[in-house]
Amino acid sequence: MTESPPENDGQVFDRLPATADERRVPGRPTRREVIEWWTERFGVPAETFDGHSFWEKGNGKIWAFAGDVPDPVDVEAVGITFLHARQEHWKPTTDAAQRFGRAADRNVVELSGGEATAFAAGHDQDLPRWEGDWGYLIAAHRVAGEVEPIGVGLYLYGELRSRIPKGRRDELGELDG
Amino acid sequence: MTPLDRYADLVDDEVAFRAACDRPLPQVVRVNRLAATPDRVIEAFETEGVAYERVDWHEDLLVLPDGSPGTNWPYFHGWTHGQEEVSALPALALDPEPGQVVWDACAAPGSKTSHLAQLMDDRGTLVANDSNLGRLSALRHNAERLGITNTVVTNTDARNYSLKPFAFDAFDAALVDAPCSCEGTIRKNPDAHEEWTLGHVREIAEVQKGILRRAIQATEPGGTVVYATCTFAPEENEAVVDHALATEDCRVVDWDAPLETRPGVTEWEGESFDSAVERTHRVYPHLNDTGGFYVARLEVGA
Repeated sequence: MTESPPENDGQVFDRLPATADERRVPGRPTRREVIEWWTERFGVPAETFDGHSFWEKGNGKIWAFAGDVPDPVDVEAVGITFLHARQEHWKPTTDAAQRFGRAADRNVVELSGGEATAFAAGHDQDLPRWEGDWGYLIAAHRVAGEVEPIGVGLYLYGELRSRIPKGRRDELGELDG
Repeated sequence: MTPLDRYADLVDDEVAFRAACDRPLPQVVRVNRLAATPDRVIEAFETEGVAYERVDWHEDLLVLPDGSPGTNWPYFHGWTHGQEEVSALPALALDPEPGQVVWDACAAPGSKTSHLAQLMDDRGTLVANDSNLGRLSALRHNAERLGITNTVVTNTDARNYSLKPFAFDAFDAALVDAPCSCEGTIRKNPDAHEEWTLGHVREIAEVQKGILRRAIQATEPGGTVVYATCTFAPEENEAVVDHALATEDCRVVDWDAPLETRPGVTEWEGESFDSAVERTHRVYPHLNDTGGFYVARLEVGA
């Protein structure tokens, strides 16, 4: 009699396996895959995540955590939601883009003052000037002398779709002319 | 009769005390140094046309005289958090270090949790607990917006908190920012005194004693426990600390508050308290033009 592989338990936080060799729950991404994805997609250096462990709770919702708890752990939250990783295209959260996106140098679209304001309010907008990849981008703008990530956008067919969650949208002023 | 009448004899200047309690409080934000410096926040405010004033006793606090702390770019980026000025005291009193294991027993909606995480440099493990699941969603929203990643969120009654989910058997430090009758928030919430009853004060004092007691028991010998409320009632302040001193292995330790305070009271309505409560801190609204507050710093017996 063969044992069936363990399934993802949506009620507890399970630590992502380090590598594919250590994977027990089918379909669960590994730490290595998650970090390689951030590096390949956004150019975020792997060492940015040195102090963080990654956890799955629910189907493909990945959390980034800097503390120390046993695995698995039945609590309400560990760290911040970080990545949706059981769909065809992985999608970082707005909070992860703001927290870790400062280290990104690829697939970052720098928006003008008016574009940034529209993006933060949740509006989609035409952006024909973008000649990079399609898919999920980090939208950023210049504030107080440096480029700062605003959140995640989906770029398709010449249009940048804001993926700022409803509860985080805001009608903000324009920072430049 | 308002609750404030009870405290007329405790304050040094009753007229100033009552006048301050009648004035509305300005909006204040605390800079989240995990994401930005006060200078960068100020630069962004100036570009955006947001009026601000610095707070003289702490460089991370900025007053926004035109209000709306939540509708500007620094807030959107998680660089600031709207928090009453005097609410910055408990985390400063606890003064946690990066790498420690810290318990925030009554954490929602997360102002002090996020301040503790910042002082820990987002390292170590910060266990943020609250008994109210609804308020925990506000805590999680705030912690995520501020990019705080060292927090574990739990939802239980702090009075019988279990360390079973964890690999450690005691905290290095604990904050009890206790549920209270909120008398000191009258400047922010003019309705704060409408629901006030002495029965509620006595009832909640029993809850406070239970939470502080558990915090002391769950903290390593030599560790620090900070007890704080936003109320004036000695039943909820000195009497709770007095109870902890009498029943648990702990002592009051000195703490240099960064703003003007008055010593804890040792007598109240015929009851007297351990003289050590004189080393705890009362903040009255007229002293620094803030809300009302109480802070005690304790050390667990070594």
